[in-house]
Amino acid sequence: MSDPRTDTLPPSGAPVRLWHLAFRSRNLVIGLALTLVFVIGALLSFLWTPYDITGLDIANKIKPPSARNLLGTDHFGRDILSMIMVGARTSIAVAVVAVGIGMVFGVPLGLWAAARKGSLLDEVIMRANDLVFAFPSLLIAILITAIFGPSAVNAIIAIGIFNIPVFARLTRSGALSLWQRDFILAARVAGKNSARISVEHILPNVTNLLIVQGTIQFSLGILAEAGLSYVGLGAQPPTPSWGRMLAESQTMISFAPHMALFPGLAILLTVLGLNLMGDGLRDLFDPKLQRSRT
Amino acid sequence: MLRYTLTRLLSLAISLIVASVVIFLAIEILPGDPAAFMLGVNAQEDTLNALRDQLGLNGSLWERYASWVGGMLSGDFGTSYTYRTPVAEMIGERLWISLPLALYALALSTLIAFPAGIWAASKRGSAVDVTVMGVTQLGVAIPNFWFAMLMVVVFAINLRWFSAGGFPGWDEGFWISIKSLTLPAIALALPQASILARVMRSALLDTLSEDFVRTARAKGLSRRQALRRHALRNALIPVLTIIGLQFSFLLAGGIIIENVFYLPGLGRLIFQAISARDLIVVESVVMLLVFAVVIVNFAVEIAYALVDPRLRHRR
Repeated sequence: MSDPRTDTLPPSGAPVRLWHLAFRSRNLVIGLALTLVFVIGALLSFLWTPYDITGLDIANKIKPPSARNLLGTDHFGRDILSMIMVGARTSIAVAVVAVGIGMVFGVPLGLWAAARKGSLLDEVIMRANDLVFAFPSLLIAILITAIFGPSAVNAIIAIGIFNIPVFARLTRSGALSLWQRDFILAARVAGKNSARISVEHILPNVTNLLIVQGTIQFSLGILAEAGLSYVGLGAQPPTPSWGRMLAESQTMISFAPHMALFPGLAILLTVLGLNLMGDGLRDLFDPKLQRSRT
Repeated sequence: MLRYTLTRLLSLAISLIVASVVIFLAIEILPGDPAAFMLGVNAQEDTLNALRDQLGLNGSLWERYASWVGGMLSGDFGTSYTYRTPVAEMIGERLWISLPLALYALALSTLIAFPAGIWAASKRGSAVDVTVMGVTQLGVAIPNFWFAMLMVVVFAINLRWFSAGGFPGWDEGFWISIKSLTLPAIALALPQASILARVMRSALLDTLSEDFVRTARAKGLSRRQALRRHALRNALIPVLTIIGLQFSFLLAGGIIIENVFYLPGLGRLIFQAISARDLIVVESVVMLLVFAVVIVNFAVEIAYALVDPRLRHRR
């Protein structure tokens, strides 16, 4: 069986070309670096943070950035840098699981719909997708968290539900064009049924699309989680979260702007990093698009 | 065109029915009796029953759904559990803040995005293009409620150009009210303007590489003339679709921004209702917003078909 990736990547000397392309793609390198900073920060927070975020230090509350606390302290005297590192865990975990939910349900639905194109099943799946798509996701997320109570898990479910149609659509459209290809015909002649073809031949060839979209949904998930936490519907205290840090800083913004500045910058830079990485990956996987759409 | 409109209308009706069933059932599975909640723990059984009758809580699931939907169709959204006032009235008051805010933001977003997108596309690869692309990349990534907070620090607290929040009411004068909606509208518009500018740019670049633009150029039009007379009109189609879709994001996005500026709109209403477990208000506001979004999407699809005849005949 041929390597499925040869459909989109140059076959000869692939590793060298990959590295070369990655080096040339500024977006990818900057995006990857930004994302890694926050992922490493989050992982590091399991082992070490500059200060303990559970201990209150009222004597040192609301201090601007200094050599002692690089990003200052909050209204309980907690170190903001440490809070941001631990908060990154929440943001990343929520977004990763939400993207996971979208892929686990969306990709099989998309593959299934494409394999039975034009059938009632296809129609039902796509109409249901349109329906979920038509509703403002934030609104339904608010409804879900209002009913089942605010928590990180409910935020994940609420964000994840809206990832399902995104991945279903993408998988279906990617799969539909693949079903026309000769190597699929060959697989059918070889006697494979459509389920097996979907898994063995279609899926590996839509992986690139899924990775790019996954990166973008990841960044949207981080924004959504921040928004929900900001209005008190995301992760609950004492779990630190960037959105709630912003909410807590709001009443003190006139005399302690640093409390609002750094969590917001953390969100901005993470989302920016993921978006740049998504753009860079798309260029990398599909060099044809590189010149026309930047 | 009739056939197209009818099929779209059918899918509109199905969307609304499914949405209402989902919202109704979601509220329905919640534990707790609103009547007991309203009257407190010492209420007599017969008063509870009387109130349940009054609120329409005694019927079967199907009867309650029918009366909820029937009520909404005739403009009766029920009675708030906590304020004992008609929900329709509460929504009506708040809508006069949320709707103008969404429209204001939409106008700002369009006014910013069109020139930026056109300028970037017409000077592709130049410093202008790079700047527009860089700024919009930031605009897409910025959490708008955080941007709103930064604007409060700069324009309300330091420069004192605007008030930090609140809404005087339309009775106090049009311009004063508009002024208090300005910072929220900018915060809402920024991410949408960034997306729209990018869509505008790429749609223009796509049409600029079409044959009819080359023909126009060969005919002797300058690049700018070709862009304005031929490319722009064709690029508008995808841009209009995005504008329509953004309206729904603006309505929903307003929910969070209203909280930053303490604006007494639908967003504040929904959060007050959530914390007071006033679920009939939550139910009605969510349904109303979903309704607005579905209607706007429908209007966009129809407008789209009017502009582009090819669509009417595609299934």
